[in-house]
Amino acid sequence: MNLFHYADVFFSNNANWSGADGIPTRLTEHVQYSLMALAIAAVIALPLGLVTGHTGRGGNALALVATAGRALPSFGLLVLLTVLMGLGLTPVMIPLVALAVPPILVTTYEAVRSVDRALVDAARGMGMEPLRVLFQVELPVALPLILSGVRSAAVQIVSTATIAAYVSFGGLGRYIVDGLYQVDYNKVVGGAVLVAGLALVTLGLFWVAGRVFVSAGVRRQQR
Amino acid sequence: MGGFFDIPSDLQASWWGLIGLHLQEALIPVLFGLLIALPLAQLGARFRWLYPPMLGVTTVLYALPSLAFIVLLINWTGLSTTTVEIPLTIYSLVVLIPAIVDGVRSVPEETHAAATAMGFGPFRRYLQVELPIAVPAIFAGLRVATVSSISLVSVGALIGNEGGLGNLLSDALHYHRPILSWNSVITTAVLAILIDGLLVLLRRLLTPWAVR
Repeated sequence: MNLFHYADVFFSNNANWSGADGIPTRLTEHVQYSLMALAIAAVIALPLGLVTGHTGRGGNALALVATAGRALPSFGLLVLLTVLMGLGLTPVMIPLVALAVPPILVTTYEAVRSVDRALVDAARGMGMEPLRVLFQVELPVALPLILSGVRSAAVQIVSTATIAAYVSFGGLGRYIVDGLYQVDYNKVVGGAVLVAGLALVTLGLFWVAGRVFVSAGVRRQQR
Repeated sequence: MGGFFDIPSDLQASWWGLIGLHLQEALIPVLFGLLIALPLAQLGARFRWLYPPMLGVTTVLYALPSLAFIVLLINWTGLSTTTVEIPLTIYSLVVLIPAIVDGVRSVPEETHAAATAMGFGPFRRYLQVELPIAVPAIFAGLRVATVSSISLVSVGALIGNEGGLGNLLSDALHYHRPILSWNSVITTAVLAILIDGLLVLLRRLLTPWAVR
């Protein structure tokens, strides 16, 4: 298989492991930008999703946000904002956050809403305040679904941060974009392997988070 | 030269031509995805033990970044639209399988039993009972797959002019004409919303019994 050969040449070249264009630097950049975008998106979307899900209002508006978010072409937005604002962090962060907010918002809303009404009524009957109902009953039960929403947002951020290399952004996408320009297929394949690996690691981390943070009782019920 | 609809000649297409290319590149994968997803989802709905691993594989495939997926395929399919269409087919497949399985599973047990009692074989029961009842769920999946596909085609611009309306983005950078990127973003978004609306309309036509 050719691909293994390309990847092997790329990864066994010592020059690729140090310096400003080295794998550690590019990987750190990619992770930093992705985490930053995910954090901003979570700060915006999680509280909104929790509140709308708890009160059960605003479902139609959220459906609209979801469709609009998907319809917005993130690569196009990336180029457009870079052309308008020049190179920088902001024109890259805006599309990444815009991409990540709808999945987190919509799944959080759906997750909290679909919590068994009997549970919520029981909690209320026990005299729990609305905030305690939200944080001690609804949130733990809804957590698996909420995590799946954040996971799909994270995966999409990692993927789109790759494309951001096209507008002279750092991160692992640099290898792919530069490799294509330089017709250096070793570099292209090496970059692609790294990005795919990072996406899979992200997936794995969320699987672990599900094991650690979702209470055992809720997990058993899911099966 | 320089207006909203002045498409640089290197793209060898008019605005309408780009829209045609874009739709073709976005919708063919969704169609193929649906054709592959239908039998796979049927397997997943029939054999319950098969579904969790199937879902695992699709989750992993969906996580693969589009650009990485595309450039790895260059090795086999070269700089062509096929190279862009294969990942889009996979992504559509991944969205459609759970949608169809959920839809087919939502068919009530009584309906199932009634169809069997009326003498429907498994195949006829699938085509005439399960699939129609699953239509709303399938369309929910189709809408997500189609809109994402339309948005993602633009990435094809990165491997040469294979990105439909996305090709305007590279030209916007090369020729320093921001208006072209406005054109690309607006046209793509409007296209996605229009097709989404068409799918909603189609679903209503296919499910006249549904509550509006």
